[in-house]
Amino acid sequence: MNEVFTKSMARNIYFGGSLFFVLIFLALTFHTIKTIPELDNRAALTEQVKHGKEVWENNNCIGCHTLLGEGAYFAPELGNVYQRYGESREAIKAFIQFRPAEGIPGRRSMPQFNLTDEELDAVVEFLVYSSQINTQNWPPNIQG
Amino acid sequence: MKYESQAVAKLYFLAALGLFLGQIIFGLIMGLQYVWGDFLFPLIPFNTARMVHTNLLIVWLLFGFMGSAYYLIPEESQRELYSVKLAKLLFWVFLVAGALTIVGYLLMPYARLAEVTGNAYFPTMGREFLEMPTITKVGIVIVALGFIFNVGMTVLMGRKTVVSVILLTGLVGLALLFLFSFYNPSNLVLDKYFWWWVVHLWVEGVWELIMASLLAYVLIKTTGVDREVVDKWLYLIVAMALITGILGTGHHYFWIGTPNYWQWVGSVFSALEPIPFFLMTIFAFNMVNKRRRDHPNKAAVLWAMGTAVVAFLGAGVWGFLHTLAPINYYTHGTQITAAHGHLAFYGAYVMIVLTIISYAWPHLKGHGDANDERSQVMEMWSFWLMSVSMVFITLFLTGAGILQIWLQRIDGQTFMAVQEKLAVFYWMREAAGLVFVAGLILYLVAMFTAKKPALEEAS
Repeated sequence: MNEVFTKSMARNIYFGGSLFFVLIFLALTFHTIKTIPELDNRAALTEQVKHGKEVWENNNCIGCHTLLGEGAYFAPELGNVYQRYGESREAIKAFIQFRPAEGIPGRRSMPQFNLTDEELDAVVEFLVYSSQINTQNWPPNIQG
Repeated sequence: MKYESQAVAKLYFLAALGLFLGQIIFGLIMGLQYVWGDFLFPLIPFNTARMVHTNLLIVWLLFGFMGSAYYLIPEESQRELYSVKLAKLLFWVFLVAGALTIVGYLLMPYARLAEVTGNAYFPTMGREFLEMPTITKVGIVIVALGFIFNVGMTVLMGRKTVVSVILLTGLVGLALLFLFSFYNPSNLVLDKYFWWWVVHLWVEGVWELIMASLLAYVLIKTTGVDREVVDKWLYLIVAMALITGILGTGHHYFWIGTPNYWQWVGSVFSALEPIPFFLMTIFAFNMVNKRRRDHPNKAAVLWAMGTAVVAFLGAGVWGFLHTLAPINYYTHGTQITAAHGHLAFYGAYVMIVLTIISYAWPHLKGHGDANDERSQVMEMWSFWLMSVSMVFITLFLTGAGILQIWLQRIDGQTFMAVQEKLAVFYWMREAAGLVFVAGLILYLVAMFTAKKPALEEAS
């Protein structure tokens, strides 16, 4: 880089450019927050769903699963598990409930979390709520 | 070493290297669990191993960044560190808090850890990479504030250089953005939206400032190129990092319940995110070509050029591969993401910290500018072992990812059925992981057995 492009020009690009894009980002964030009520299924955010999110977090489910594609890639996507399980809350509940405590020889297995009935219902409702968020048609198919 | 207070960096580097080794051991455990499903089950389930792997990474990199700052800020500021005592105190606070957290992960079920740390009162746990208890997060904030105060006072009271100011900006940004880890709304979309303000704006934002300034520092020291030239490059690199990286956050807002214009914003700006990394590569090679001296620490120069190249490959090229929305629609949440994550973190952040340690170590040990030839040769072997094996880990995971997309996302087979078909890739990844750990051990041996160069070597 020769003398035409000076250090102070580079500095101005840094400060000016960064500030400009920070402001645009904040503006887009503001707009997003105003428009997401149409997409984020907040009408379904009952106390039970909120509790379900806590159960989800307290057991570190994201440490194996993805939710809307984010998380670990060790176990299936759960953002559409409700649809994958034929919209059966009971099937999801039973799956979590009856995991063998000692695992399955040679295979990956979900731990037995010893959740109470009330916690099970809550986490299932949380997954149902998650499955109805408008994700722009992601994932590509039911397998997640 | 010109200033005595720089010696405090050694503590930080030692902790960083120790935790790095721990991180890799847990990486090997997870890699094995991918193909040997009940390995260590239910003692260390996969989610625990992963949490330890990723959190150790974050903690040791933070130790590395702090150590780097303590090492270079006195030299840049041309004065002793504001308070060595504070630096030592914060070191022990951070190490004990970090160790207790990891022990907590390993000794009890996560739900129990959430209970004993009172997560119900201020729930922040159970989100990817931010799994640490709320109390640990508070500890991180306290350490970060004390650290920034210490380094900031040193900068303010001494000479201000572009390197130190940009490093400080990056560190302040790191601390401020971490505050979003305390925001955990019940609304999943909002939760995810602002979770990325920590995760993305760290690694594809302010951490790039830290990386670029550390790289610039090592290049100034090892090549003797004029600061005016380096400063200009540095401004341009960090400008491009923020100009592309801030709106590049949009590539995480494609499928999480956010408006669809993010597909355009995210695709366009994140497609430009390789630019700052490409500039760093040109910068590093240019400076080394224009060098005014042949620095005796050849290993450090190798690391400096390596970090620029591998960061460009991992963050730049592998990021670009799956960043356009129509492609990301298929790759999102597959092994492709894991492939990119590994090479990007290794190239950009692991390697830059190893670069600084490599440069600073002989000074900290009182060996002068460089370690003895034998130690440097070992270190360069460790460079190649780690870097090449990480490239292979990335290639195997990319292979696994492509096959996963084909079988699961296009053919519609179930997740678990597909995972079994990917086993051969996972085995090869694990083998590459063993080579990586061998490289890391060699690095540690090189560092801990390093001697002062013999007289004729030093000249």
